[in-house]
Amino acid sequence: MLSRRSFLKVFAGMAAATPLAGGAALFRRWRAGLGSRGAPALVAAPGVDRTLVHLADVPARDGDATIAYAASPPAPAAAGLAQRRWVMVIDLARCDGCRECTRACSAMHFAPAGQEWIRVYEMRDNDAAAPYWLPRPCMHCDNAPCVKVCPVSATWKRADGIVMQDTSRCIGCRFCIAACPYGARSFNWVEPPAAQPGRGAAYDEAWNQVHRKGTTEKCIFCPGLLNEGRLPACATACPMGAVYFGDQAEDAATNSQGETVRLSALIQQNAGYRLMEELGTEPRVYYLPPRKRAYPAPPQGGGHAVIPGGHR
Amino acid sequence: MRDWLGRPRFSTREEAVLASMRATGPAYYALVGALVAVIGWGLIAYAVQLRHGLGVTGLRDNFMWGVYITNFVFFIGVSHVGALMSAILRLTGAEWRRPITRMAEAITFASLLMGALMPFVDMGRPDRILNLILHGRLQSPILWDMLSITTYLTGSTLFLFVPMIPDIALLRDHFKDGPAWRHRLYTVLALGWRDTAGQRHRLETVMAVLAVLIIPIAISVHTVVSWIMAMTLRAGWNSTIFGPYFVSGALFSGAAAVVTAMAAFRWAYHLEDYITERHFKRMGYLVITLGVIYAYFTFNEYWTPLYKLAEHERGYLAAVFSGPFAPLFWFTQIAGLLLPLLLLTLPTISWVSRLQEIKLLRPRPALAAAGAAAGVLIFTSAAGAPTAGLGDGAIVRALPWVLTVVAAWLFASFLPVFRKHPIASAVVASLLINVGAWVKRFVIIVPTLQYPFLPIQRAPAGWAFYHPSWVEWSITAAAVAGFILIYILFSKLFPIVSIWETRAEGEAVHAGTP
Repeated sequence: MLSRRSFLKVFAGMAAATPLAGGAALFRRWRAGLGSRGAPALVAAPGVDRTLVHLADVPARDGDATIAYAASPPAPAAAGLAQRRWVMVIDLARCDGCRECTRACSAMHFAPAGQEWIRVYEMRDNDAAAPYWLPRPCMHCDNAPCVKVCPVSATWKRADGIVMQDTSRCIGCRFCIAACPYGARSFNWVEPPAAQPGRGAAYDEAWNQVHRKGTTEKCIFCPGLLNEGRLPACATACPMGAVYFGDQAEDAATNSQGETVRLSALIQQNAGYRLMEELGTEPRVYYLPPRKRAYPAPPQGGGHAVIPGGHR
Repeated sequence: MRDWLGRPRFSTREEAVLASMRATGPAYYALVGALVAVIGWGLIAYAVQLRHGLGVTGLRDNFMWGVYITNFVFFIGVSHVGALMSAILRLTGAEWRRPITRMAEAITFASLLMGALMPFVDMGRPDRILNLILHGRLQSPILWDMLSITTYLTGSTLFLFVPMIPDIALLRDHFKDGPAWRHRLYTVLALGWRDTAGQRHRLETVMAVLAVLIIPIAISVHTVVSWIMAMTLRAGWNSTIFGPYFVSGALFSGAAAVVTAMAAFRWAYHLEDYITERHFKRMGYLVITLGVIYAYFTFNEYWTPLYKLAEHERGYLAAVFSGPFAPLFWFTQIAGLLLPLLLLTLPTISWVSRLQEIKLLRPRPALAAAGAAAGVLIFTSAAGAPTAGLGDGAIVRALPWVLTVVAAWLFASFLPVFRKHPIASAVVASLLINVGAWVKRFVIIVPTLQYPFLPIQRAPAGWAFYHPSWVEWSITAAAVAGFILIYILFSKLFPIVSIWETRAEGEAVHAGTP
């Protein structure tokens, strides 16, 4: 018979062994995502359940192909365009804060009142620095904090880099909003206006024009327009040509002025950077610093306009 | 106790426990009625929220979590006391725990039910709850919460039930009054307990296994609860010590809740023979120990970012220490931690009684001052605050300071009174601790949201601050009422003190043989 003392011994042994074994297995799986920059990103699968997406052109290492992290994306638009690696570059030197991007985005997606999926911030990094405008779409991070925490795969990473959102699956826990360091996510706190006539009358996550109460939404890089070979609505609308959109695999980016440039050169020659690089989110949106701006600066220390809409 | 197979006699204190289950006076019904009314109102508020969406709360895009998640962390925290009292004290052989273990386990049960409810109240789409099972992804801390809380609920329900089996058998055999369903319930739940040696051995084994298992489960529960914040990058939440910090706060608030329950049941059910001043003293030491540990974690959590003042940490730190959230934060530190610990140490501080030699520190002048302050407050608010001659906002701005001074004065004056009434002072301390615990969770959650990485800009009118709405307060009140209701209903159905376990204390039980 098991005495109390020997029971405790056996139990202590088991208690010590279980996390060790589990930890070793977990470490093997997570090793894939740690270390070098070229390592496969920890993102959800493109159609095939429980596999890694390799965003960088690094072949899978033996034994690292499966990972518990991956999700099973819900819809046809889930997988994304396999040969593409979408990237946005925003030239802050050209942005004059007109917010045409925001308006075009809201018009294209019929975004509910009070939401701005690409929001233009008035920024000033320190007292010595000049103020500047900062348009902030979703960063479509490769190490996306929102994708990590979503409990139901309502948000996931496509093979072409887009972080998608499915409001027909979202349970409204708002963990993704808490996790996003860029504040890029909005919630439908009340019943949004009824579906608009036209293309988006039926819910299509690639267009995201139909909205639902109690779910989270955000910028999705307009996959519907991309499928048609067009730029996202904000890039098209920018009168300054400040928003470039392109494909990393093709190494090309285009703006509303019809300029098509080498993406790598655009970033490298203009000291492109990513927002909050230190957080390790690996954003897919690059910024060119607001150097030699040709427009008036934002009002210094001025109050920020309150946007219309938003329930009380 | 073998011979209660024959015709047992209950000791007077056991009769008191049994009488508490039998005698149900008007006060009890009034309390139940009041609680049901509060719960009903909360249900109406929830119906409004279901109908119109979470927009009826004060939550907004920047403040995606608020009072509901505060309640969640608070109730789950209070629930930890079951594991502490029953498992840790059982394993360490603290025999004085026996009369209060069941109270602690019942607190665990009731507060876990309320805590587990909160994330569902907080959900935007409760109709899609099944998605958590159909499409659940294990790497989301929400799933960890689900798994650990359901495991803990199962474990602690077992831990409440298993040690109750001998008592249920006793009720089955000797508690004949009341409706027939009650007797049938006891018969079923007693699981055929006949108090044989084999049954007793199995019971002891199961209890020992449960006691060992429940400790890591309980710790895991509050650790993963803290991780819904600590797994984000947000300044103020992005902390490696959130797990132990939350666990220590949980044990502290739970132990304080047990002190309140001890006093309430002792008074209402006349359990003075079971729950003595000795128990309050012991629990007081336990609460002090846990409070000091919690204070240590709190200090760690704030001092390290405060020293470095990294850019993104500055916002919430300034807000918490001297900004808009400072009154709440300092309330938790002074009224929720320092004063309760002082109150609990009072019996060992001899100079306190000499305080009354100071004329100003006698209760009467302090009460008079408090009355005068209240009078001025009512007068100014009735006269309309910014009337001429009152210096516009000056009074309103000075108000927190005036109230603090008056409260400190009152407290100092009543210290000697508290010293003479240790149980009353323990109750005041534990109530302060629990109010402070709730506010502390609010202060952990909300200030961080006020200072995200990118500043809050272009928010629609009224969206830049978090003002909890009547819906949130109503549902919170209903959750507290639900907790109390479950607790007192439980106490009418099952003895709130473990009869068979306290018999083993070796006290003279059998006054005579039949």
